[in-house]
Amino acid sequence: MLSVRDLKMYFELDEGVVRAVDGVSYDIRPGEIVGIVGESGCGKSMTMRSILRTIEKPGRIVAGEIRFRPKRTRGMPVDSDGSLDLVSLDPRSRTMRTIRGGEIALIPQEPMSAFSPLHTIGNQIVEAIRLHRKASVREARGIAIESLREVGIPNPESRIDAYSWQLSGGLRQRAIIAMALACNPTVLIADEPTTAVDVTTQAQILELIQRLRHDHDAAILFITHDLGVIAQLTEHVVVMYLGKVMETGPVDAIFHAAQHPYTRALLRSVPSVDSVPRVALPTIEGSIPHPFNRPTGCPFHPRCPDAMPGRCDVAMPALHEVEPGRPVACFLHHDLVEGGGTA
Amino acid sequence: MTERAPTPVEAAPVEAAPVARANEVEVAPAWKLMWWRFRKHKLAVLSAWILAVIVVIAVIPEFFATQRPDETSARRAYIPPQPIRIIHDGRLVRPYVLGVTGQRNPVTLAMEWVQDTEIRIPVVLFARGFEYRALGLIPGSRHIVGPADGEAGGQATRVHLMGTDRLGRDQWSRLMYGTRISMSIGLVAVALSVFLGVLLGGISGYVGGVTDLVIQRTIELLQSLPAIPIWLALSAAVPRTWPVTHVYFAITIILALIGWTQLGRQVRGRFLALREEDFVTAARLIGCSRGRIIFAHMVPSFMSHIIAATTLAIPLMIINETFLSFLGLGLRPPAISWGVLLQEAQNLQSVVNAPWLLLPGVAVVVTVLTLNILGDGIRDAADPYST
Amino acid sequence: MSTASTPTEAPVLEVRGLKKYFPIKAGFFKRTVGHVRAVDDVNFGLAGGEILSLVGESGCGKTTTARCIVRAVDPTSGEVRFRTRDGVVVDVAALPERELKAIWRDMQMVFQDPFGSLNPRMNLFELISEPLFVHGLTSRSERVERVAELLELVGLRPEYMQRYPHAFSGGQRQRVSIARALALEPKLIVADEAVSALDVSVQAQVLNLLLELQERLDLTYLFVAHDLSIVKHISHRVAVMYVGRIVELAPTERLFRHPQHPYTEALLSAVPVADPRHRATAVPLPGEVANPANPPSGCYFHPRCAYAVDLCRNEFPPLRSVAPGHEVACHRADELHLRGIDAPSVARNRTTVAGPVAGPIAGPTVAGQT
Repeated sequence: MLSVRDLKMYFELDEGVVRAVDGVSYDIRPGEIVGIVGESGCGKSMTMRSILRTIEKPGRIVAGEIRFRPKRTRGMPVDSDGSLDLVSLDPRSRTMRTIRGGEIALIPQEPMSAFSPLHTIGNQIVEAIRLHRKASVREARGIAIESLREVGIPNPESRIDAYSWQLSGGLRQRAIIAMALACNPTVLIADEPTTAVDVTTQAQILELIQRLRHDHDAAILFITHDLGVIAQLTEHVVVMYLGKVMETGPVDAIFHAAQHPYTRALLRSVPSVDSVPRVALPTIEGSIPHPFNRPTGCPFHPRCPDAMPGRCDVAMPALHEVEPGRPVACFLHHDLVEGGGTA
Repeated sequence: MTERAPTPVEAAPVEAAPVARANEVEVAPAWKLMWWRFRKHKLAVLSAWILAVIVVIAVIPEFFATQRPDETSARRAYIPPQPIRIIHDGRLVRPYVLGVTGQRNPVTLAMEWVQDTEIRIPVVLFARGFEYRALGLIPGSRHIVGPADGEAGGQATRVHLMGTDRLGRDQWSRLMYGTRISMSIGLVAVALSVFLGVLLGGISGYVGGVTDLVIQRTIELLQSLPAIPIWLALSAAVPRTWPVTHVYFAITIILALIGWTQLGRQVRGRFLALREEDFVTAARLIGCSRGRIIFAHMVPSFMSHIIAATTLAIPLMIINETFLSFLGLGLRPPAISWGVLLQEAQNLQSVVNAPWLLLPGVAVVVTVLTLNILGDGIRDAADPYST
Repeated sequence: MSTASTPTEAPVLEVRGLKKYFPIKAGFFKRTVGHVRAVDDVNFGLAGGEILSLVGESGCGKTTTARCIVRAVDPTSGEVRFRTRDGVVVDVAALPERELKAIWRDMQMVFQDPFGSLNPRMNLFELISEPLFVHGLTSRSERVERVAELLELVGLRPEYMQRYPHAFSGGQRQRVSIARALALEPKLIVADEAVSALDVSVQAQVLNLLLELQERLDLTYLFVAHDLSIVKHISHRVAVMYVGRIVELAPTERLFRHPQHPYTEALLSAVPVADPRHRATAVPLPGEVANPANPPSGCYFHPRCAYAVDLCRNEFPPLRSVAPGHEVACHRADELHLRGIDAPSVARNRTTVAGPVAGPIAGPTVAGQT
């Protein structure tokens, strides 16, 4: 349904080029929740912006393809297989605007800034609906009330006329989800939707997203840094580090048979509620390099316990399937170098 | 390497690698980061250079003038500007200006000046001219440009780079002298309002409570007063019989009394914001005294903002002074300021006959623009730790 | 069953009836129209060498409690009895401002935000030596020596002394904050969400450092956090706060295995476990945290509580002891059988897959765990 191929998004600054997203590939299938997990600077949010084509200058998509198969193709320049390449579209074109919000909806991290404080949430949802669907104001209002009800907002008939600042954090996050759902999107992108909320609210939101996935059969791209959330919610996981995909695979394989040293180290360094207390946690040495000081070869090699000198610091391993459905970018598992050839 | 944004070191904290050599960015104090950032703002750097020249003119206008600014010559009224030329007959020659010859219009009896291509008056740098004491101390008779045969105090050939006014006074020289007054009024008035603003804003922000309430309501009151009538009233209250220096100070104080409120608000806002910053709490918790918290932690953090706000406030003061003087309510002749000069261009007839009388307006525009651009540049550079 | 008590000494800190009300002001004359009860009658003790965690959701008053204890804010009422290094017990809450300086030699705070808590205009030497200077160590060479020691203690190179905070990543800055807090050799460290802002891979490093320092320097920690897995990992005892009050206080193992307050149970079930084979099935806690300016009647938690009865709606449950060292504020604590976190079978497998971990570095080995 959505297929990202070898996406590269660079920031061209005076000081040099920051390769925020550097050759990322993954697929999202209908009804599936794909999690992108990674630490700060790994490019997970930039991938999301590339898909929505909301990158701000000096950022630029340098290469790659984002094939998307919309549900409603009317008036869209789709290929014979019913898909189109989002990278080739003008970010301000009519098609892109129809897709953004209508076909691919976003649940942002900051529920406060997603709504304008000057208009009621109802008006904003109605406006969004009417942008993407043929509906009278009255019909749109009905749809809006229904989606508010669906996300579990009590008294949607009266809450629809509330302003965003009158709602609590949890309700506001629900209202955002209602707005994203109101246009019945094909793909829902959730960008750290639970980072700014408390753990009990987070549990509510996660439960809601699970439920919606079943009801709407939408594909969901869930971006987070929280491994617990990934484990609880997703089916498929993409692990990113410094703009590169380290490995992808089904959630169970990622958590119980991780192939990449980074994934393994990341899983080890999280204290879990049932690990032995007050013993030293295994850590990843060092800290995440600044994008300007990006290491050569595999970006993780300076911190990698299994780094092979003369190999990992020279060439970037290709993201190659080591088992069916398990692409891993590591020389421990294959010899293929990114861009072809062997090391 | 030097112009790069702050970069975290990537070295692992406990590894036993060779001694890490600090690069320039890592050991750069705040002012250096600010300077690097400011340098990137090319227009602001250019403005800084132009302003530097204007400030030098304001300090020693005598050197830049070609004549005494108050020297009248009824026979030489309304001479048009005589630009410096360096091309004659298509060849590069030593700089000269064309002479003018006057003819009286038989109908209007006004003098009409015609450029005389026959008379070439050579001009040189550092020409001798009238004698002066720069800053009231250093005697001199050299001027930046002047006719080659200019003699100290003598009745040598005259050149008028920007023409002359109604009384035959050299407008270029008057503009140079006007720079001193206009710039210094701006600077002194802003200095005064910065003093008031920082003091009262600081007290308001740090002490809080009733003091804060009183100061804030005062600021609101002052800001709600219609500025123009107040100036008019206050300036009109300055006795006509006062000497020029008194009027000068009175105008400065009037401008400052109204100008401090903006800065006062800003300083208070910064203080309130900083008081909540973790590093200020942290400083308290390690036992820093109140004075040390204010002067070692808080003041350096908003000093650059104050400098930026100050730079942006000067042009307003300059415009206000020009405006008051133009209306005849500020400085009055024989004082020379840009506003006083523009008074000459007040009636339509003189503007039609002698459009060069509007040139002091260009000086105002250039100064105000460069100050604004410079202020913007400083403001953008003021917080080197954002982004 | 572990009570995990290294602490053998007399209490270092005793908090009694601590309250902090923030006035709500309105109108032109800023009249007080009500109070936000950020901290409302908090009581607990802290033994020497102990790590106590305060957990709860945002707005529960855990950070305000911590700040009241170090007097970063002045409490409205209550006692904070603190034993200084000379063995004298003082009520920090009642001390006048000028006498606090001496107290701050013995208790220090580490802040959440590694970017906001270090003055960006000072280099590491100035930052770490400032407490020494303020407390009278004026000799520059002595300060340089001490700063170098402190930097090494927190795992940074002494050569970094001339660098400014902007040259460091979040984790490294947090190490600097810790070095600064340790400069005066305090006994008690109040860590306010000290690792919350850090990336996962760096969080573990800083946690390890805090644990290592605790053992080496015999420190006592009051650890404020919202992440229960971290709390479980680091603390001897845990206090759960809800709307300004402690609702449950117990040794860590006991609290996680056998919570006796419904809110604790809900919190534990809400933690997303990093294992896809153990997906949460429980219905999450409904509703939202009560408004501390206008809390509900009776037990503050009753509108969200699945076990609430009439008594809960009308009468406020006091914090009472249900077992040695286990205090709960719930009317029905004795009759309810609440679910905690199961024995760590699956996770232990995962840990062994991941390779051997380092031995214990603090506290005694707990039976039934290793």
